[in-house]
Amino acid sequence: MVAAPRRRDHRYITDQFNPWQHHYDGTQDGRAFARGRYRRHRGQGRLQRSREDKMIAGIAGGIAARLGRDVTIVRIVLVLTALVSGFGVAAYVLAWLLLPVEGSTETIGARALSDRQGITMAVGLLPALIVVLLVGSALHAGFVSSWGLPILISAAGLILVFRNAEDDERAWLVTSVKAWLQLGPEPRRSRRFFFARIAAGVVIFAMGVAVISDSALRRSWFRPFGGALLMIAGTVVILGPWWLRLGLDLIHERQARIRAEERADMAARVHDSVLQTLAMIQRSADQPQEVAKLARAQERELRSWLFEGRTPGSFGAEGVATLSAGVEQIEREVEAAHGVAVDAVTVGDAPLDDELRELLAAGREATVNAAKWSGASSVSIFVEAEPKRVSMFVRDRGAGFDSDSVADDRKGIAESIRGRMQRHGGTAVIRSVPGEGTEVELSLPRHPSRA
Amino acid sequence: MKTTGMPRVFLVDDHHLFRAGVRSALGDAVELVGEADEVSAAIELIAERLPDVVLLDVHMPGGGGRAVIEAIHPSHPEVRFLALSVSDAPEDVIAVIRAGARGYVTKTISGPELIQAVTRVAGGDAVFSPRLAGFVLDAFASMPPGSELPGPFDPELDNLSPREREVLRLIARGYTYKEIARELVISVKTVESHVSSVLRKLQLSTRHELTRWAAERRLI
Repeated sequence: MVAAPRRRDHRYITDQFNPWQHHYDGTQDGRAFARGRYRRHRGQGRLQRSREDKMIAGIAGGIAARLGRDVTIVRIVLVLTALVSGFGVAAYVLAWLLLPVEGSTETIGARALSDRQGITMAVGLLPALIVVLLVGSALHAGFVSSWGLPILISAAGLILVFRNAEDDERAWLVTSVKAWLQLGPEPRRSRRFFFARIAAGVVIFAMGVAVISDSALRRSWFRPFGGALLMIAGTVVILGPWWLRLGLDLIHERQARIRAEERADMAARVHDSVLQTLAMIQRSADQPQEVAKLARAQERELRSWLFEGRTPGSFGAEGVATLSAGVEQIEREVEAAHGVAVDAVTVGDAPLDDELRELLAAGREATVNAAKWSGASSVSIFVEAEPKRVSMFVRDRGAGFDSDSVADDRKGIAESIRGRMQRHGGTAVIRSVPGEGTEVELSLPRHPSRA
Repeated sequence: MKTTGMPRVFLVDDHHLFRAGVRSALGDAVELVGEADEVSAAIELIAERLPDVVLLDVHMPGGGGRAVIEAIHPSHPEVRFLALSVSDAPEDVIAVIRAGARGYVTKTISGPELIQAVTRVAGGDAVFSPRLAGFVLDAFASMPPGSELPGPFDPELDNLSPREREVLRLIARGYTYKEIARELVISVKTVESHVSSVLRKLQLSTRHELTRWAAERRLI
């Protein structure tokens, strides 16, 4: 089964449906992605920020793709590092600056170098750092000092990222931050609730910090364990709804992309079949017979694609295995060859064997005869498979003929239909009335025991 | 209800071009009392104008032709529906018939044939295309009589009589009612009553194949 090669218009697909199309410079990755067949490259290529596996900057996804590990494990490791020391967060922000995003070669950091105003703002955070360090040492709170530096590095990095990210990523950041400010999945919830939640989260987080840093606690195992747990709980209370919303957005975005790909596929198929046929119809507009033929063939193909799920262009490629498929084949081929509408109705079905093939061959001859000689614009076929008998009726409302005065060549055809049926134990009856049309009835007894 | 001799027809289809085509095909043979291009407008206008026959597209956004039939048929059983569709899928055909349509024709039907079908439906008879006849034969024949069926089996509704089968076969072979009458040596009225009886069975039978088709359709 060889499908005909299909031309696909990539420009159309990417322009219409892929928001990141401007990154695709025709590289293999870009095309694979556009076609929706993107797979993680396991353990190969450069370390890049992922577009698909992305919670914030796609760094965990990129690392996971580079190492060939599960992205969830990488995320857990990153979160733990961030909790143990604030430098985990700082490292993440630095990676955001220094790693190029998938499909691009330029990093945000490279652009940030020429962003003088951004650098000034980042450096402007230095006095804040000094204040924090002073306060920390004055209060004898070691954790303030140890978290102050990485948090300020992160803040400075985020400023640079935000100012220099590409438009699509910045838009994403803006909506994320807005989502966070508006609070989660129910943006209409009151501000009071928002502040209450933030306060509760901060209190829980602070309790965790206090537990960790409280050297007076006797049960030493509780200190890091309980402290970390409380800090995580506080973080979840503060950020949970935001993450939930981001996760939902991500799911929606993926669904939208899948839909877009389906549409692109549909567009490609419609282009290959319907639009081509319409173009051909326009070209042969002065030949009604040809137009009708094209339209019928296209209708049949489209119908079988939409309602039976068969790929356009696969007609005739597959072997005909059943009686009904054989009838459909006759329908198609006679229509295509003679430009006459053939309407077939099949009741019941049976797997094709040699006898049924003969019946179909005879029926096909009858159909071709009707199409060629009757002058009717349509031919009806009715096939009924019963346990003990298979019958086939081919009927036209054309000229008909007087069986006594038939030209020799047509008699020959009639005889060949009759002879074919008789050789296999069947019968053929031809009824024709001049001016009213012709009906050929073929009947073949079945022997279920032999089947 | 008929003020003139012509059936009063209402046309429902979401394709403007197709409605124009039907209008010109029907010509002066019927009285066109209205048109609608979507389900809710159709329901409202049909309930207001109470036509004899509604020519109804099967596939429309908002529930399709079936939704229109289901909204009108219980309260106005005198309004008759003739379904029009490009789809020959059995589940579509069976679903509209079971919802209450008196017949089903494909959109490739010729003008005179369409007028004939409308007139027949207006007169209270059923319109069976060869394909619909084929589906019905298939649905009622695929299980040999006497075989166990899930649920109660009503021989009155769940079997076709030999005569009804004969009539359906001839319809499937492309015969007109008049030709069937001649072939079976009965009157056209008798042919019509056989077809109406098949339609009734098709709508009321609980046969497995029919309910399955209907149920599959409802899922979509």
